[in-house]
Amino acid sequence: MRTRSLVGVFVLAGFLAFVPSGWVQAQTIKIGINAPLTGDIPKVGEGTKFAAQMWLEDVKAAGGLTVGGKKVPVELVIEDNESKAESAVKAATKMITEDEVLVMVGPQASKQAIPAGGIANNYKTPMVTPWSTNPDATKDRPYVFRACFLDPFQGPVLANFITEQFKFAKAAVLYDVASDYPKGLAEFFKMAWERLHGPGSVVAYESFTTKDTDFSSQLTKIKNSGAQVLFTPQYYNEVALIVQQAHQLGWKNPIVGSDSWGSAETVSLCGKDCYGLFFSTHYAAAGATGATKEFIIRYQRKHGYVPDDVAALTWDAMGLVQKAIQDTGGLTGDLKKDRDNVRSALSQIKNFKGITGDMTFSGGGDPSKCAVIVQISDKGEFEFYKSACP
Amino acid sequence: MVIFLQNLVNALQWGSFYALIALGYSMVYSILMLFNFAHGDIFMVGSYIGFGVSMGLIALASSGLVAMPNWLILVLTILFSMFLTSFVGMIVERVGYRPLRDAPRASAAITGLMIGIILETGNLALLGARRVSFPSLIETTTYDVSGVFVTNKKIMIVVVSLLLAFALHQFVRRTRWGMAMRAMAFDFAVVPLMGVPVNTMAALTFAIGSALAAAAGILFGVAYPVLDPYMGILFGWKAFVAAILGGRGSVMGATLAGFLLGFTEIFVAMIFPSTLRDLIAYSIILLILTVRPHGFFGEPYSARLRL
Repeated sequence: MRTRSLVGVFVLAGFLAFVPSGWVQAQTIKIGINAPLTGDIPKVGEGTKFAAQMWLEDVKAAGGLTVGGKKVPVELVIEDNESKAESAVKAATKMITEDEVLVMVGPQASKQAIPAGGIANNYKTPMVTPWSTNPDATKDRPYVFRACFLDPFQGPVLANFITEQFKFAKAAVLYDVASDYPKGLAEFFKMAWERLHGPGSVVAYESFTTKDTDFSSQLTKIKNSGAQVLFTPQYYNEVALIVQQAHQLGWKNPIVGSDSWGSAETVSLCGKDCYGLFFSTHYAAAGATGATKEFIIRYQRKHGYVPDDVAALTWDAMGLVQKAIQDTGGLTGDLKKDRDNVRSALSQIKNFKGITGDMTFSGGGDPSKCAVIVQISDKGEFEFYKSACP
Repeated sequence: MVIFLQNLVNALQWGSFYALIALGYSMVYSILMLFNFAHGDIFMVGSYIGFGVSMGLIALASSGLVAMPNWLILVLTILFSMFLTSFVGMIVERVGYRPLRDAPRASAAITGLMIGIILETGNLALLGARRVSFPSLIETTTYDVSGVFVTNKKIMIVVVSLLLAFALHQFVRRTRWGMAMRAMAFDFAVVPLMGVPVNTMAALTFAIGSALAAAAGILFGVAYPVLDPYMGILFGWKAFVAAILGGRGSVMGATLAGFLLGFTEIFVAMIFPSTLRDLIAYSIILLILTVRPHGFFGEPYSARLRL
């Protein structure tokens, strides 16, 4: 008796799981958002969510997305990846196979975007990561795209900038060896620096592991290596600790960072220690114009703070997805076919006017676009310093 | 030489945290034969309580009702937070461990793991995943002693840690409570027959351990002002290593082992590539433990204990 009722439950559950999915997807477009709402970088997750929801508001206000002459309602499937690689994979698998999303936006950090990109590619589902700058995220994966530039690009841009700005020849690097993004960027920076100044010009190449809070030993080494500048491509929580500890150990030279510094939290955690420092990033809020300014004002009015680059890139990623879906010329209702159509539309987007710059895809998953060098002002604001194009 | 001395200073600060946390582990382990795996998370809770108390005191001071200089706020924060966190420890003991005192040891050990997870996720639910920035209560002053950089914070951390360890040592050695604790560590079954209130003593042990963890948490906040709910896990594990390495029932051993751990980590990173730091550091510790399985000051169970 008991087994029979149990079988009944399973059969019923099976019906519930399979039957509706056929007609639900024909009616709405589901877009998955794979974001780190908790874990190491919750502020990144928050920016992702807020930007995506703002985009959804616009679509809803227009009565849905116009695809092939028809208005189609859109729904967001937001999943938390806890800022962990394995949770990002789980979230990706769930939204692709269970929620049947048409496109996935995110994950943000390379640590999650690289493994999750593998899943998206295997299931032939287009994915757009707004923020992951590591080449491996899109490499040999026709279904994975990004809305930002690449680490190999940021490395030389920063090496050139430091050389021109300060006329330095000896650099030190401090990075997290257990995280894809800092590790990748540290290597590209080292390569670019040594091409400019000869082998051995990176006089200290030190590392630590995620969750470390004390860098005194590494920084002591760096300080005594004769380095003139410290490059540390870390996330905001570590930036605060590294910069403060470096100053407490008597380091007086510049410290330069990458786009992972561009969070609203960097200055609030780091304080005065970070004033005057430079980093490369995707956009600068101070001094923005046009659509970028509009986005900033709207975001600030709604959430009470200036959006960081993650929010701006997520906004652009949503725009890319929207354009690609509209470029397909209409949905067939066959999820597999629609995903393929969106993928090929994404790879052919030309001169997309994003708020983080113009983007052009030429068949691959990486757009060509420019970087921005930002200086943290004496008021703790991110100020546009100069633009650096490839 | 300058590099060596600088790293010596670095290691003293880093070791202070391990020492303070290891003391709490060691107390509970010695007296109740219990691995309190939640201890690292009590350190985290203590740090957050310190954050709350200091914010409250700063608000009070800036409202103009009570004039308080910043150093007084720091002292009061440490004392209040130690007091409040000791209650957290006592609650953990009452809820998590006392009902399981006669249960298999494995059950008591996983209780600690579960309480740890509850404290972490409870904090996450309460305050969210956002990092908390510990207020800078004292202005950092950096002294340049012929190339070796020392800050006033570093000096304070090391001095306070050593004072607390010394105070605990004296407490255990010289007071009646301390004597009762040593007796419990010696023979848990006979002590109640002598009229020692075992439950009170167990609660006291947890209270002291937690208060020390709170002190470590606040000092940590002063030195590394970025707090997150999971900051206690790795710290807890490493301090646990120090507690065992110090030897069961030895206050001095736990303190020394804590500092040794700090020194090993810092100096390994000085000599070898920093990527290999924990790999080499903990291989060394493992080697020490294989040579001295009972730790520095520990003795086989049959022998007299010297808490």
